[in-house]
Amino acid sequence: MAFMKFNGVGVTALAASVPHTVIDNYKYTEYFPADQVKEVVDKVGIYQRRFADSATCSSDLCFAAAEKLIEDNGIDRSEIDLLIFISQTPDFRMPATSVLLQNRLGLPNSTIAFDINLGCSAFIYGLSVAFSMMQNKGLRKALLLDGETRSKVYSPKDRRSAFLFGDGGVAALIERDDKFGESWFSLNSDGSRGDLIKINGGGYRNPSSVETLKERVVDEYGNIRNDEQGYMNGGDVFNFVIREIPRDIKKILSESGCDINDIDYYVFHQANNFINSYLAKKLKLDTSKIPSTIEKYGNTSSVSVPLTIVDQLSDSLHGEKRLLLSAFGVGMTWASAIVPFVDCSISDIVEV
Amino acid sequence: METNNFIEKFAEALDIDDMNSLSVQTVFRDLEEWDSLAYLNIIAMLDEEFEVQIENAQFKQLITIGDIIDYLNRQ
Repeated sequence: MAFMKFNGVGVTALAASVPHTVIDNYKYTEYFPADQVKEVVDKVGIYQRRFADSATCSSDLCFAAAEKLIEDNGIDRSEIDLLIFISQTPDFRMPATSVLLQNRLGLPNSTIAFDINLGCSAFIYGLSVAFSMMQNKGLRKALLLDGETRSKVYSPKDRRSAFLFGDGGVAALIERDDKFGESWFSLNSDGSRGDLIKINGGGYRNPSSVETLKERVVDEYGNIRNDEQGYMNGGDVFNFVIREIPRDIKKILSESGCDINDIDYYVFHQANNFINSYLAKKLKLDTSKIPSTIEKYGNTSSVSVPLTIVDQLSDSLHGEKRLLLSAFGVGMTWASAIVPFVDCSISDIVEV
Repeated sequence: METNNFIEKFAEALDIDDMNSLSVQTVFRDLEEWDSLAYLNIIAMLDEEFEVQIENAQFKQLITIGDIIDYLNRQ
């Protein structure tokens, strides 16, 4: 059972950026009639999303967030010894985007830089990697960047995914400090469900070709996409989530010895409002402790947990707070964490 | 399990007003109301009302409303 515990390390600063283009979901009617669109939008509770333009990548959103974080907190760039970039929408197939960001951000060549390729649970995975490496006293500061441009991944002609996804980027500064108490992580994977959310073409198993780029009708509902666009079996994902996520949250509470009432905020992956409302009801959680941004940013994949903290909790994280983070998605992977936030410096969201 | 009780819950989940239009023989995937959102509602209903989480592959084998009732009775 993968269960991790840390002491004396935490997130000292957070910043986020979103594209300036706002999509009004009720008016996203180019391919579907307005009444059908309204039914889906009301069901998933996603009213607005942000879409990056064709020239803007996940790395650009992270770069803007990182610059804001560095500026607001007067960070000495030469002290950033670790840079991790989390994304499944990188700039290039190679080199790793983190390395290009090391240069763009003016970080020294002694900075450790690498990418993590994971989906919606990845911020929690990445946080555990940063916390682990920061156990080493040789590292002073870690910068965890997490960006996604999922708007570019899914077909606007496939109603099962067309109304869900948005773009965003975050930067988190991780430091050792005795002010941080204990934190706990539970990380999980199940590759037997790799086909629930997937992009089949364009990798090395099914290389990009004229065939993989050909649009086709993919189901009895007339949804259209090509093999280089993502698909999601939402019902199957939901079925998986309502079984595994409550179990994992109960596990981390029991392993950590934390009482559910000791948690100040529960920050869930913002998949859609149907899932999150259901989880809150099933776990009997106090909904006033569950911040939400699903209605204004949609599903931004791994960015959604930290983006929700920046957007909703910037005025609430003074003093010492304990957050439970929980996220799930493509892989499937799912992760939970209980993390202390102590006077975390949260910047205003930047529009790119 | 009482058949009418289940059909009532099924109709409610799919927002079908006339539950008399449904029976154990109803092929639910052929219903006008059946789509991916309806599937979500049924999964939520099974979990909430019967504490049953059904494997996706197993659900695909269920054809009629009667098949779902039989499945629940076997749990």
